Amino acid sequence: MKPLRQLTSRTAVLADDNIDTDRIIPARFLTTTERTGLGKHAFQDWRYLEDGSPNPDFVLNKPESEGCAILVAGHNFGCGSSREHAPWALLDAGIQAVLSSEIADIFRNNALKNGLLAIVVEAEAHRWLLDHPGVELTIDVAEGFVQSPDGERFGFELDPFARHCLLEGVDPLGFIQQHEDAIERFEQDRQAAA
Amino acid sequence: MTAPRTLFEKVWNAHEVCAQSAEHPAILYIDLHLVHEVTSPQAFAQLRQRGIGVRRPERTLATLDHSTPTLPPDAAGKRQYVTEAAEAQVHQLEANCKEFGVTLHGWDSDARGIVHVMGPELGATQPGMTIVCGDSHTATHGAFGGLAFGIGTTEVGHVLATQCLLQSKPKTFAIHVDGHLRPGVSAKDLILHIIGKIGVDGGTGYVLEYRGSAIEALSMEQRMTLCNMSIEAGARAGMVAPDEVTFQWLKGRPLAPSGAAWDRAVDEWKQLVTDPDATYDREVHIDANAVGPTVSYGTHPGMVTALDAALPDATTDDQRRAMKYMNLTPGQAMTGTRVDVVFVGSCTNGRLSDLRDAARVLKGRRVARGVRMLVVPGSEAVRREAEAEGLHQVFLQAGAEWRAPGCSMCIAMNGDIGQPGQLVVSTSNRNFEGRQGKGVRTVLASPATAAASAVAGRVADPTDYQTGVAA
Repeated sequence: MKPLRQLTSRTAVLADDNIDTDRIIPARFLTTTERTGLGKHAFQDWRYLEDGSPNPDFVLNKPESEGCAILVAGHNFGCGSSREHAPWALLDAGIQAVLSSEIADIFRNNALKNGLLAIVVEAEAHRWLLDHPGVELTIDVAEGFVQSPDGERFGFELDPFARHCLLEGVDPLGFIQQHEDAIERFEQDRQAAA
Repeated sequence: MTAPRTLFEKVWNAHEVCAQSAEHPAILYIDLHLVHEVTSPQAFAQLRQRGIGVRRPERTLATLDHSTPTLPPDAAGKRQYVTEAAEAQVHQLEANCKEFGVTLHGWDSDARGIVHVMGPELGATQPGMTIVCGDSHTATHGAFGGLAFGIGTTEVGHVLATQCLLQSKPKTFAIHVDGHLRPGVSAKDLILHIIGKIGVDGGTGYVLEYRGSAIEALSMEQRMTLCNMSIEAGARAGMVAPDEVTFQWLKGRPLAPSGAAWDRAVDEWKQLVTDPDATYDREVHIDANAVGPTVSYGTHPGMVTALDAALPDATTDDQRRAMKYMNLTPGQAMTGTRVDVVFVGSCTNGRLSDLRDAARVLKGRRVARGVRMLVVPGSEAVRREAEAEGLHQVFLQAGAEWRAPGCSMCIAMNGDIGQPGQLVVSTSNRNFEGRQGKGVRTVLASPATAAASAVAGRVADPTDYQTGVAA
């Protein structure tokens, strides 16, 4: 995971509420044993027509979405299964941030652990973002705000530890491992009590 | 004196290796880590890459369920995997378990089953435990009064390596259910009703505790059905306080304590109740008497309706899209909607009592012409018990298919899949677009409603089919 302080990109908008992880990456692609290569199947059944050609009506297939790394999504994005394949697929498809008024817990956890910014903004900011597809945004991870070139600016909450991991580009495993002594003590205390 | 605590807080506190602070989440000790083939290969690869082993193999239990075929091997004895990738994934877990010393209930085990059916059957799932699995339906195990939730693959790696997980403390949400469920109304109807009430994201950020007289009256299997779908309301975990029903169910299971250790365990488990003055962050009250047979009509589990009620007007884009996808019209009732496929099984409703509910309706009746029905037991143990009771004969005589255990059509990644446009009445947990195959329309229902619908060829009310007919 690379350190991530700031991200600047135009947005693509998928306004549907409750976009679940089956829509992000259908289960038939979960037989992989790798983390990579899922991007071509991101939003598969939405993105391609029956004959396998790109669906021209799907937002991410439109010319103006070319190179967009920020996805603005409807309420409760990422609900459903715990498959980490969902953030893997989005990252592999070039999406580096998802902004919504609500993001499902497990998806958000998985996303942040992979350096995919899963950011919840206030309802009013969310409405503005939905109404301004293609706007260029800068997301500042360190300071916790999203800003457009003409001065729209929204703050967002981010768990301080997740922020630290994003800024440093570290997986939290190292942090747990530093507490090896405490883990051992916990196990011994329990054994003694049993 | 300690402040009054909820059931959740008691379990959480007992597992804090390191309490939450302003700088970091809590480090939580995990008692039981369940593993399956789909969400673990990348985690084992990470351990291999870093040169670390599994810290507590004895607290780790693996099985094969998602990618596994439910049809028997062919004449040459070859298993009928849907793709080479599915087969490779299964072999990868077999190899990983061997390399890292993890117990795997694989093809040769008579305990193999859907991970959330198998864990409780073995007695591995116990009150007061923290239980995780790379699977969102891990919530199931909360039925025993533990804290059980789904995690991603990176976290699977954390638990394999350290037996711990970094977790921010969730809020608590009490779902009080009082009164009595009417005859023929199941835990599945109740949980669909609850999700309809609180919404598909109503539980996000919370751990649910189901409580009240109607919950105490539920069997263990019904409690598992209830807790299983907590995630469908956005809650990572659902819990029920353990009681005599729990203890009786667990006693004598292979991994449950025995002898003096059993008595000590029960004494401890009895403490796992919410203290009288403890408070929750949120509460709702549900009247069990008001719950009838309930099904989903839309494309997420919050879009539910009483079977015979008129479907609501589509007032949001979400609902309009769902109605269009499902090919339904506001004002119509779900009863009478034509059915193509019926699926009975899954970690929600693949246990013995679920199969009995379906068999009671099917006994002496036939699956309607043109309808395909799959009955998939949740585990090898369920298969054995069902066959010992002759339930499989009821299904086969009715014209249904009787399969080998696995997740099957719930996630539709093993080849058990619907065709575009088909309507599937399913006892599983998710009715998302494409969940059971591209373009497939899923109606979530109880086993009894599913079986009644198979007989009628249309979504049907099981209370019309409760009396068996002579074979």
